[in-house]
Amino acid sequence: GGWSRLAAQQRLTQDDLIGGGSFGNVTLIHLTDLHAQLTPIYFREPEINIGVGANAGVVPHLTGADFRRRYGIDDGSPAHYALTYDDFTALAQGYGRMGGVDRIATVVNAIRADRPDALLLDGGDTWQGSYTCHHTAGQDMVNVMSALKPDAMTFHWEFTLGSERVHEIVQGLPYAALGQNIFDAEWDEPAELFKPYEFFETGGVQVAVIGQAFPYMPIANPGWMFPEYSFGIRDEHMQQMVDEVRAKGAELVVCLSHNGLDVDKKMAGIVTGIDVILSGHTHDALPEPVQVGDTIIVASGSHGKFVSRVDLDVRDGRMMGFRHRLIPVFSDVIAPDADIAALIEAQRAPFRPQLTEVIGQTDSLLYRRGNFNGSWDDVICDALLSEREAQIALSPGVRWGPSLLPGQDITREDIFGVTAISYPEAYRTEMKGEFLKIVLEDVADNIFNPDPYYQQGGDMVRTGGLGYRIDVSQPQGARISDMTLLATGAPIDASSSYVVAGWASVNEGTEGPPIWEVVENHIRELGSVRVEPNTSVEVSGI
Amino acid sequence: GLGAAAMMVLPLRANASATDDLIAEFTGGADLADTGITLTAPEIAENGNTVPIEVSAPGASEIVVFATGNPVPPVAQFSFGPLAGSQTAATRIRLAKTQDVVAVARMADGSFARATQLVKVTIGGCGG
Amino acid sequence: MATGVKPRVKVPATVAAGETITIKTLISHNMESGQRKDKEGNTIPRSIINRFTCAFNGETVIDVAMEPAISTNPYFQFEAKVPEAGEFVFTWYDDDGSVYEEKKTIAIG
Ligand SMILES: [Mn+2]
Ligand SMILES: [Mn+2]
Repeated sequence: GGWSRLAAQQRLTQDDLIGGGSFGNVTLIHLTDLHAQLTPIYFREPEINIGVGANAGVVPHLTGADFRRRYGIDDGSPAHYALTYDDFTALAQGYGRMGGVDRIATVVNAIRADRPDALLLDGGDTWQGSYTCHHTAGQDMVNVMSALKPDAMTFHWEFTLGSERVHEIVQGLPYAALGQNIFDAEWDEPAELFKPYEFFETGGVQVAVIGQAFPYMPIANPGWMFPEYSFGIRDEHMQQMVDEVRAKGAELVVCLSHNGLDVDKKMAGIVTGIDVILSGHTHDALPEPVQVGDTIIVASGSHGKFVSRVDLDVRDGRMMGFRHRLIPVFSDVIAPDADIAALIEAQRAPFRPQLTEVIGQTDSLLYRRGNFNGSWDDVICDALLSEREAQIALSPGVRWGPSLLPGQDITREDIFGVTAISYPEAYRTEMKGEFLKIVLEDVADNIFNPDPYYQQGGDMVRTGGLGYRIDVSQPQGARISDMTLLATGAPIDASSSYVVAGWASVNEGTEGPPIWEVVENHIRELGSVRVEPNTSVEVSGI
Repeated sequence: GLGAAAMMVLPLRANASATDDLIAEFTGGADLADTGITLTAPEIAENGNTVPIEVSAPGASEIVVFATGNPVPPVAQFSFGPLAGSQTAATRIRLAKTQDVVAVARMADGSFARATQLVKVTIGGCGG
Repeated sequence: MATGVKPRVKVPATVAAGETITIKTLISHNMESGQRKDKEGNTIPRSIINRFTCAFNGETVIDVAMEPAISTNPYFQFEAKVPEAGEFVFTWYDDDGSVYEEKKTIAIG
């Protein structure tokens, strides 16, 4: 605590953050999982991020002091604030918000000043996650990102705009839309609209960028919104693509991936010939690449907090060396680019009154990220319990959503920041105790299966009104125990029915008011929000 | 999704042994090699109603496929004729829940080989 | 009788003699498994395509016996040798006795 804003910022300069001078002959700029955050935000990194199997206790499953020790980060430093969770409120008051695409533009421009033909690559989850993005069906993000002139992107939440809208945008997109694993579902052939890879000549080097979209799109998100497509990891096809681009003369092979970091680590051990994987989806931000064999894996965080710069020395068709910098986008230190700032303002102006309307205040730090309940999710679950008159609430374990500091107003924009999806219906239904157990076991296996290829890269479903124990080391069916109805303290009975409210069901035809309305009504009634520590989930087996 | 989807909860073991009986019927009780046949299926099904699988057994005359966790395990029997370009075939199958899919090939010399792949059928619904 | 049954196949029009080609087939059919119940709780009778064959100039490429676990709109992919010019015949056999046939001629070029 005790951080003076001025003192904190005096230690930082724009030049120090971005760094200068280039190395080698090829530069990659990686930006991923923006989740439609055009303007600076607070985002608290996870406290709990458990790795299982071979990934127990290793990157990216280190948090807090363990993370700082691993990378030699001083307590209280800018990197402490940007990359770890503890002392978040105090550090946030000192260091300010992070991100903002106008600041990102300044970083990109500075890198391009060194290396004009640097490749700018967007890892996806770009066209979802805000009020303006939801109300323009992604157009605000397309307009602003296009002005940054990226070279390619790949996809995940974009598909929840529905295939028709995705087709419309991608057909007019002024940069490559890549996904070697995006297939036509009917004939099981590569989808025509999405190329598997694109070649770029930069620094006299032939660079092939292969796209890898999120493999589990129709499972994690509503498949009925994009029934024409099938995904999957398809690492055999990835190998074919690597071999194909090498045969065509690629001297550097880059995979722009939305697999998630554990999946990328496994894929790097199976597919040979990829030099660099630019990893997205699991929102990990790492100060150094992870190396698997001859492949380096770069993880660039989320919500615009970071931009990765990778300089590579490519000679004789081989990557001889690299220099990497995870650039934290401190929004009070890095000056906004005026053109992009004006363009962002133009996207937001039509919605200004709706965006800025104050719904209530928060006395507590509101955040989402972490394997189990976050305080934002507790607010959402409470809203579901009271507004939908339910015994139990379920809220999806998505990893996106900015944080709010104690004392901040909660605006409508803030509520959309943690709820803006295209299937927002807050359902109310009855579920048997045994089915609730199946749900928890099913989701837990998506996170804690020791084989990364069975993981979908989300966090545990959040529960309200329901407590449980979880042993993450057990197989599916044996992880969850001691399920308790918190209102009475009674054990959940397998054959009894409970009234359950939730949102983000992947089932077609789900009915209910949009979740942001439910949350808004709840916060209006409370006036100010205070979230007590959540002790409803007991974790073991770590 | 987290909606009230109906899940089939059947004892896996009962049907696994049903599959063993069906395999024994096909092979006449002969030994099963664990090489010579490949079964390709996704780790996680995008949709349990239509799971892509591919079987391949160079030199096989027939390949049978079983879904060990379905109420009725048999799925298909592929017989390859003289103009088959390879002893490979792909189709899409229904899986009632997470289970092993098993393929057994009858080779030209009368021997048999088996391949097994676990396919997870999940409720789904969360993401990063 | 199943209605709206429509077979589709993907076969190259021209190949080299002796070449091996990939064939894909789809047929629209709801493949009623016989295990589902209607709203009144009555079992909906099984109605599936139970056999699929592909032959070239009268010689068999593949012959598939199908169970209700084959998905709606049955899909097959397989490889065929094409020794000479001629005609592929694809045949689907329905539980209701219907037989659906599709033919593709292929030239050597
Ligand atoms: Mn994301
Ligand atoms: Mn994602």
